[in-house]
Amino acid sequence: MNKPFAITLDVGSSRANKTGSWRTERPVYTDRLPPCNNACPAGENIQQWLYQAEDGAEGGYEAAWRQIMADNPLPAVMGRVCYRPCETACNRAQLDEAVGINSVERFLGDEAIKQGWTVPVDATPSGKRVLVVGCGPSGLSAAYHLTRLGHAVTIRDANDRPGGMMRFGIPQYRLPRGVLDAEIERILAMGVTLELKSTVHDGEALLKEFDAVFVAAGAHIGRRAYIPAGDSARILDAVSLLHGVEEDEPPLLGRRVAVYGGGNTAMDAARTARRLGASEAVVVYRRTRDRMPAHDVEVREALDEGVTMRWLSTVARADGGRLLIEKMQLDDAGFPQPTGEFTELAADSLVLALGQNADLSVLEGVSGITFDDGGVQVSPDLMTGHPGIFAGGDMVPGERTVTVAIGHGKKAARSIDAWLRGTSASHQPRHDLAPFGDLNTWYYEDAPVTVRPELEAARRVSTFDEVVGGLDRATALYEARRCLSCGNCFECDNCYGVCPDNAVIKLGPGQRYEIDYAYCKGCGMCVTECPSGAITMEPEET
Amino acid sequence: MPYQHVTFHQTGSLAVGGRLLTDDQRSVQSGRRRSNSLTLGHRACQGCGEALGARYALDAVQRATGGQTIAVNATGCLEVFSTPFPETSWQLPWLHSLFGNAPAVASGVAAALKAKGRTDIRVVGQGGDGGTVDIGFACLSGMFERNDDVLYICYDNEAYMNTGVQRSGATPPAARTATTEAVGPEPGNRFGQGKNVPLIAMAHEIPYVATATVADLRDLEAKAERAMEFRGARYLHVLVPCPLGWGSAPKDTIEVARLATQSGVFPVFEAEDGEVVGVSPIRHRVGVRDYLRTQRRYAHLFQPDERTDIIDRIQRGADRNIKRFGLLPAGVQEESAS
Repeated sequence: MNKPFAITLDVGSSRANKTGSWRTERPVYTDRLPPCNNACPAGENIQQWLYQAEDGAEGGYEAAWRQIMADNPLPAVMGRVCYRPCETACNRAQLDEAVGINSVERFLGDEAIKQGWTVPVDATPSGKRVLVVGCGPSGLSAAYHLTRLGHAVTIRDANDRPGGMMRFGIPQYRLPRGVLDAEIERILAMGVTLELKSTVHDGEALLKEFDAVFVAAGAHIGRRAYIPAGDSARILDAVSLLHGVEEDEPPLLGRRVAVYGGGNTAMDAARTARRLGASEAVVVYRRTRDRMPAHDVEVREALDEGVTMRWLSTVARADGGRLLIEKMQLDDAGFPQPTGEFTELAADSLVLALGQNADLSVLEGVSGITFDDGGVQVSPDLMTGHPGIFAGGDMVPGERTVTVAIGHGKKAARSIDAWLRGTSASHQPRHDLAPFGDLNTWYYEDAPVTVRPELEAARRVSTFDEVVGGLDRATALYEARRCLSCGNCFECDNCYGVCPDNAVIKLGPGQRYEIDYAYCKGCGMCVTECPSGAITMEPEET
Repeated sequence: MPYQHVTFHQTGSLAVGGRLLTDDQRSVQSGRRRSNSLTLGHRACQGCGEALGARYALDAVQRATGGQTIAVNATGCLEVFSTPFPETSWQLPWLHSLFGNAPAVASGVAAALKAKGRTDIRVVGQGGDGGTVDIGFACLSGMFERNDDVLYICYDNEAYMNTGVQRSGATPPAARTATTEAVGPEPGNRFGQGKNVPLIAMAHEIPYVATATVADLRDLEAKAERAMEFRGARYLHVLVPCPLGWGSAPKDTIEVARLATQSGVFPVFEAEDGEVVGVSPIRHRVGVRDYLRTQRRYAHLFQPDERTDIIDRIQRGADRNIKRFGLLPAGVQEESAS
């Protein structure tokens, strides 16, 4: 005993006292599904690539672009024409404004074109050959993913240039052709064989030549409606109009153009008519604006360019120089009903934008294939009733957008790959959604969205120049950093800092954190103070 | 604000750390090698604000002094939960004497160091509000008056929590404690009593006085470090919610402190030589109701009937703080934290 006076015990550290035994609940780190990822029809991991883009020019942009490319081979196109379901779902909209995900994607896509980034094909060749019918977004996406999975892909398309509706349906002011060409070229350079002006008829016979076929021939046949018309009436459909403009053979429309329909194609047709010199472009639609299928941003841009709208109206008769319009009224179920009231509308031509029908000729007569709702019936993995023939994009019933088509291409590629290998495509279980209520928004900066510059309305009606401008490096970085990283740790150190019991272990950059359960008392402060809601409390096992 | 706020449009420097921050923009607490003055295994309750506040403050002081600090502790929760002899959680030289004499002992340690020519070693005195505002007050005032070279930190949880939640001179009006029960026409602690020690400290015209909370780590660290730039008596008053005594959820300790500042109930400011030189403006203003509702010590204000009269009186006190210290910059709107 060699201790000071009146001291009988050795001094020790409180570390001997394992306070973890007090706990009834334990904090657990989780990864939740951000609403943007959940909403993306192309299945992009948006939160992840925004996180990577936050690192900026030092490798961050390239890493972010590569993350996009894991799911979507057309980011520069997507950054222009996607209707942004991700931004509609974005939790930040409840705080100030949604993150401008689409504009960052466009910036990354453009940066990749500028820097010449490419995606390597490092899979061992499978020896299998796959035919893709149609060189639109769905076919290109499938070809890209199939190539990366090691298969030899041939695309056949009836047109003289690739791109499908991205080229022949989407006007240049929304999607400049240089961007489209660059992204298609990058896919073809990976070793995809493209056969243009090649019409495919007998789907079944193709299976003798190829191990599997993916049909994505699209929906490019303009739907007609019977409209009583005089001899001098000039009626054409929107698909032909847009196709003709792309072929540099725009049809003559006159000075006053009426567009019949309320979808995105109607907006494109009206805006194109303005650019072709029409002083008046009137959209005639039988319901009201809130029931219009066109996306809000398209309607807004059309209105900005001087396109006018006639709601609750149908075209009853067309004659040279004038249309007979019948006023409609919505019934209780929201359907338009005729009122018997007529007015006249001066119009030199009438453009029908009443929707498009799928081109099903490839699959007609193929055994086992059934059609429904104007499209091909497919299983959840996009295989038709005929083994080895898959279909996707606008041909199958569902929402018809470029983004959905790209998603179909990826899904079809995975299914075809699994089918060729005699396995079934693996589906990872989805994480729980990360709701806004789980965020601690105190910690986020107040930062409103960076709005992309729009061409002066006056200038854009006369040219086919791109309407919406892009972000530059500084604004793209700012926008990426507005991401709340919902449900996923971004290493802000809050949990590490706020633990009163020092029971959070910081593992270092990129390694996140660990709870020291020997000492964690289970107060839950780390959960409350986590900005992104990436920690949950779970009951302790008894 | 006493520190440079970094805006990153994600969390900037509002969070503890952040992978996008450079080393000099990081808080002491975000560092993997922070000194952890108060280490693992202490016996503070779940969600203890005082344990958190003490580690925040002392780690910052340790960084400012290069690890050359001696702490003198008054009796109270902080002493009891950290040092049940022979165990201790302290990882710095630490003394405990009595409940009421911590400022005097700290003065003595400072005098001894001066006598030994070791003015490189700095002294921190610390205690709860009971030991500071009530029992140790004479010693504290003496320390201020003599301008002894000590930083005294009061961890204010607004009552004697260690002995079972009795009222102290820092208990706010209407709060229920074991000695101010929620009975009678004016339930809880009385209005118009108690003392505001930061303002009393300023009246001594000592070099540096500041208030802080556990809700703003960056601010607390900046003030602890700023305090160490002065010689002479300095006073730091840190609001540390007590889940046990306040009847708040352990997980909400920081949130409760945040609501105290955003409602104006607890003004955060700093003063040099008796003059206020900076305040932390309110970022998202809330009414006092949102703050009071988080705590069972105010439950009698909401049930069986809402005591609008008392809540309004507390609101007037918060409004007075906001006006007196200029806590509300133009453009900050009131919002509900429902």
